Amino acid sequence: MTDLLRPRVLGQSPTRVDGPAKVTGTARYAGDQRVSDPAYVHLVQADVARGVLTEVDVSAAQALHGVLAVLTPDNAPRLASTDDAELAAFQSHEVAFRGQVVAAVVARTREIARHAAALVRVEIDQRPHDVHLSADRDDLYAPEKVNGGSATDTEQGDIGTGLAHSPFTLDQTYTTAWYNNNPLEPHTTTALWLDGDLALYESTQGVHTTRESTARVLGLAPERVHVIAPHVGGGFGSKGTVHVHVIIAALAAKAVPGTPVKLALTRQQMFSLVGYRTPTIQRVRLGCDADGRLAVVAVDAVGQTARIKEFAEQTAVPSRTVYAAPNRRTTHRLAALDVPVPSWMRAPGECPGMFGPEVAVDELAIACGLDPVEFRIRNEPDVDPDTGKPFSSRNLVACLREGARRFGWEHRDPAPRARAESGWLMGTGVAASTYPVNRIPGSVATVRCTAPGRYLVSIGAVDIGTGTWTSLAQIAADALGADFTDVEMRIGDTARPRASVAGGSSGITSWGSTVVAAAREFRRTFGDHPAEGAEASAAMPEDDVGEEYAMHAFGAQFAEVRVHADTGEVRVPRLLGVFAVGRVVNPRLARSQLIGGMTMGLSMALHEHSVLDERFGHVVNHDFAEYHIATNSDVPHVEAHWVEEHDPHTNPMGTKGIGEIGIVGTAAAIANAAHHATGVRVRDLPLTLDHFLE
Amino acid sequence: MDSEIQLRVDGRRKRLRVDTRMTLLDALRDGIGATAPKTGCDHGQCGSCTVLLDGRRVITCLTFAVAHDGADITTAEGLADGEWLHPMQRAFIERDAFQCGFCTPGQVCSALGMLAEVEAGHPSVATDDLTGPVELTDEEIRERMSGNLCRCGAYVNIVDAVRDGAR
Amino acid sequence: MIPFDYRLAPDVDGAVAAATGWGGVAFLAGGTNLVDHMKLGVAAPEVLVDISRLPLDAVEELPDGGLRIGATVRNSDLAAHPAVRRDYPVLARALLSGASGQVRNLATTGGNLLQRTRCAYFQDLSTPCNKREPGTGCSAIGGYTRQHAILGASAHCVATHPSDMAVAMAALDAQVTVLGTSGRRVIPLVELHRLPGDEPHRDTVLSPSDLITAVELPPLPEGTRSLYRKVRDRASYAFALVSVAAVLRVEDGVVRDVRIALGGVAHKPWRARRAEDVLRGSPVDGSPADEEVFRRAAEAELAGAAPLAGNGFKVPLARNTVVSALRGLSREER
Repeated sequence: MTDLLRPRVLGQSPTRVDGPAKVTGTARYAGDQRVSDPAYVHLVQADVARGVLTEVDVSAAQALHGVLAVLTPDNAPRLASTDDAELAAFQSHEVAFRGQVVAAVVARTREIARHAAALVRVEIDQRPHDVHLSADRDDLYAPEKVNGGSATDTEQGDIGTGLAHSPFTLDQTYTTAWYNNNPLEPHTTTALWLDGDLALYESTQGVHTTRESTARVLGLAPERVHVIAPHVGGGFGSKGTVHVHVIIAALAAKAVPGTPVKLALTRQQMFSLVGYRTPTIQRVRLGCDADGRLAVVAVDAVGQTARIKEFAEQTAVPSRTVYAAPNRRTTHRLAALDVPVPSWMRAPGECPGMFGPEVAVDELAIACGLDPVEFRIRNEPDVDPDTGKPFSSRNLVACLREGARRFGWEHRDPAPRARAESGWLMGTGVAASTYPVNRIPGSVATVRCTAPGRYLVSIGAVDIGTGTWTSLAQIAADALGADFTDVEMRIGDTARPRASVAGGSSGITSWGSTVVAAAREFRRTFGDHPAEGAEASAAMPEDDVGEEYAMHAFGAQFAEVRVHADTGEVRVPRLLGVFAVGRVVNPRLARSQLIGGMTMGLSMALHEHSVLDERFGHVVNHDFAEYHIATNSDVPHVEAHWVEEHDPHTNPMGTKGIGEIGIVGTAAAIANAAHHATGVRVRDLPLTLDHFLE
Repeated sequence: MDSEIQLRVDGRRKRLRVDTRMTLLDALRDGIGATAPKTGCDHGQCGSCTVLLDGRRVITCLTFAVAHDGADITTAEGLADGEWLHPMQRAFIERDAFQCGFCTPGQVCSALGMLAEVEAGHPSVATDDLTGPVELTDEEIRERMSGNLCRCGAYVNIVDAVRDGAR
Repeated sequence: MIPFDYRLAPDVDGAVAAATGWGGVAFLAGGTNLVDHMKLGVAAPEVLVDISRLPLDAVEELPDGGLRIGATVRNSDLAAHPAVRRDYPVLARALLSGASGQVRNLATTGGNLLQRTRCAYFQDLSTPCNKREPGTGCSAIGGYTRQHAILGASAHCVATHPSDMAVAMAALDAQVTVLGTSGRRVIPLVELHRLPGDEPHRDTVLSPSDLITAVELPPLPEGTRSLYRKVRDRASYAFALVSVAAVLRVEDGVVRDVRIALGGVAHKPWRARRAEDVLRGSPVDGSPADEEVFRRAAEAELAGAAPLAGNGFKVPLARNTVVSALRGLSREER
């Protein structure tokens, strides 16, 4: 058990400290940073999915007035490390996916750079490509591990016997689409070399992790790379790892000594260069007895990865933890294709992996005549079914019950296609949600007394919209016994002590624990009346209980759906989520995180789908006109609530992480509601109108 | 090809030379150093670059600066008077109507432009009676704010903020 | 984007004169679609003639009860005009369902008519497209066709016209006034846009130096009702999968006048004459029995539909949307 902070400012709802800068537009994002007389970079991409570059003719581009340099595989400097093939910019003439960067123009203005990029003539000896994902491929392989470090396959009991003895069984295949993260701020780098040091104003989820990766690729000592990111326009995982544009910006700046360069990806380029969520194919097998008690839970997940770099989405992992069943099996298989490199997208694994199984549970509940809330409650495990460890806290049942109460579930008529209103068929649905409590080691924080009673807290964390500026100050205030307004944060810069990446909903757990440790160290050293200038640092404490408990957040998602009887148009008039996420640091900001996740889940359910044209190997709908994300009109009513949850094991704040759980289960709840409305069971996302047309 | 234009941006007169190819958005950002209008898609598909142009909300990424000589532009920065925020901006903070904040300056400008349209009695596709007065229902706010995408998913808070800010 | 020469048109005649004799010339008004295409490299004019400041921005109510709409009237101003809201609700709703508020404040009447297809392959220089580069092939055929045509397409092009406004105007029998080098002429709106045939690069019957100066709407007889129903993949800010503009006048329980145009289904706003023929003279009384005739009308129009792999759903969608629109109109308060 950790020494829990006594909440004072924790649990309060101060508004965002970066609010005024954001509503006035004066907050500086990576592309807003003022540098003197910058040059602009525009990228040239391969237009075939596989081949060998035979010529990159830059003469016409180079001849254009205002062009300063054109980088290609023929002239770019060699990188120190090409271990990460995604980052090996211009190191080879091989084209491994359509959209790979084959040249970069540096010019005096954006207009010239863009014009010159169009003049670069690229010749590629095209080779046959293979971008077809299917569960029937004979070359699917099992990765060594899946994302997050989990085992690729698990098996307990015997699936065959379990199914044979189950009066109710299900064997269905569900698919989720290819999704692109699409933060509103395109990935942007402003790069400048000064005396052999590289400064990067970067749109990133981790300034220190960006420093470390970039330094490794460029062969620099990490301290020579300075990364600054005071404000980041969303990331959702796509800014969690370094992508190739960062390396290219550094090379481009090197090519024009003394001149800073700005490289902003276009929205279209983001569809091939900054990661995405793999499409998934999920075969789900369930078996239960007449009382709805599960005897079998089996999920076999297939996804894709890039031939040049493996990313294994942990799609089947959440099924290991949610429900009890004696016979269990999960597998992950990958197809390595000539596609862009997939990566993290909000709740990798959990988000797609709670679609298939949670629709399957709805189907099985209906099959055995049980209410889907009750079905889930009956399958609540006593301990983590995967590891056998006790849960540090687990309140899925409380979420389901509280959600049902708030949503008005008790009056629900289970019959599908039984309600209509003004030409719309109405239905409701539910799904469970879960997300692990992740902690990433390696953060350090410094607390300094700047004036009597005033403190400066430094940690190289970032705020990608999560509210770090505000919530870390709240934690520091409670840890120091100071007022919220007496704490000033310094984050978003490698000049601050090292911090882990903003990923895996781990920020508050990792950085918050570190800030608490530093504050406690500060008080231990300097007492309650420190001198001005007193300063103490501490690293994130070792996790002493993590091995004893399974730690997860849970939630229940409820959706109301209407489907137009004539046109099949699908709308979600209401979403309601209840979550068990430990202690909530700032209810105002936490609610935003949860409704934000649910809104993205709605968008996934109804709209999102990166359409791959297998003939060319590219995402055809690579802009916001065609890759639809939900608009304001699509999201009439989203409510997020949480149950009181006291978990003394997770960290000193008692938190569990809230950035991702909101997107988990949403799509399943909506699909289940659409079935309730129409009687049509859709197992393939998105739920476009054509599924419901008659 | 360059051309000289004059703009009034957030109350300040600016004279600048622009490449005829320069969009109004790039002229504001690169030419004048304004940071409130943002480049989210650069193709009129997200609304992050929304400003008030001669009092009306417009996107700035699909129009050339050279065609706007003499224009009066207000960005989100110009809505505030130093530390004193516009009531709409205060409502956005109070309602936590943003997370990453990247779409926010465009949302705020769009909200004010939209309210002026409502004030003038302009209907939207959500208005039942095209000839009657417009009532600012939540459905109206949602439809009228749909040109501003928010990937963080702050829409329901944006509607709350716009409703508050309209008072 | 290549550099271009920017010229502010001094007057209407001067605009046409400035555009004459140039290969790569384009008129610039709101910019929304043209600038988009210039950024993508789909359009590369060497000269832009800015017509946005010409006195073509008025909406006039004509003595016969019709309406003359200047070419540079902003979409939002047109939708907000009292006469449009009162007399042509189909047009107001079509305008208001297009794009977004801040785009409609820039986009103009003429520009809206001349906007080009949103076909993803047309917009992407790295894929073949007969409309963008004649003779290179059509990538949409065999590809992503959700936004593509089911009526009137050819083996060379299956693109759709993306406008909502033009669909309403097609149903209103609008007339387009064009000023060209040889003077003024009037083109029925339904004849302005072409079907792709074997020349898909030609969207309209206009030549590059032709300037649309106005659109005229004839008056609608007393008792005429109209509506616009747009079906799209999200609730707002999206192009139509299918849209229906319908104008209906029922007298003594019989359809006296009906005009239907479909959007999202063809290379041009698709006037549904076959459906109109079925409906004209049919008894309609607002009862469920109407459903049958509405359905027959829609099916008559769609009998010639040739959907592509991937957009077959548009046939039942168009049918149901037509029926739904007519049902709505026929049951409206009289």
